Amino acid sequence: MGEYLILGIFLLGSFLVLVAGIGLLRMPDLFLRMSATAKAGTLGTGLMVLGAAIHFNEFAIYTRAIALIAFLFVTAPVAAHMLGRAAYFDGVPLWKGTIQDDLHGHYKLTTHSLEEEMVPEKEQLQMEAESDDFEISE
Amino acid sequence: MIVDILWYFVFAFLGIGFISAFIRLAKGPHLPDRIISLDLISVMAIGFFVAYAVLYNQPSFLDVSIILAIITFLGTVAFAYYLERRV
Repeated sequence: MGEYLILGIFLLGSFLVLVAGIGLLRMPDLFLRMSATAKAGTLGTGLMVLGAAIHFNEFAIYTRAIALIAFLFVTAPVAAHMLGRAAYFDGVPLWKGTIQDDLHGHYKLTTHSLEEEMVPEKEQLQMEAESDDFEISE
Repeated sequence: MIVDILWYFVFAFLGIGFISAFIRLAKGPHLPDRIISLDLISVMAIGFFVAYAVLYNQPSFLDVSIILAIITFLGTVAFAYYLERRV
């Protein structure tokens, strides 16, 4: 009985990781890809660690598994947020079907700070020039 | 018997996920795409170590996955910092 439970948890976890991999490959945009990997990948790996803890059924292994799950669930959103912020400032293009971009025109590229008012046209032009630079360097 | 066969499905799912992440790593149009695919590859490696530890009944591999989780987080944060500052 326990064997089938562990196998079911592992199959579900590895299927979620597979979904994360396919989402990384098929999504049209960096930010959509990031939403696929950060959620599905973390949940799948966390399920597999939980299955391993149930399989070994020792106090030391439970401690390690809880530490690993807590670490994964805390650090994955932090890393995804930092990477998404850096990529947006770097001028990575959004998907062409994006219907709303609340940050557009509201940040200064020179200082990387968000502004409540619209940033003047001159600094936006500078922003586009630098993002063109980014396209060439790729 | 059926349990042994179904265990191979776990590794097959992980392997197909690895392959698609590596394809994105090779062709990702920008640098952040490659960074997130490296991140997903290390998360998949954690899952692979855990599945291997259960299949061959060796709990030592769980320590490897803890270390790998820490290194992955530090690596992704360092890449994001580099991408924002460009220094």
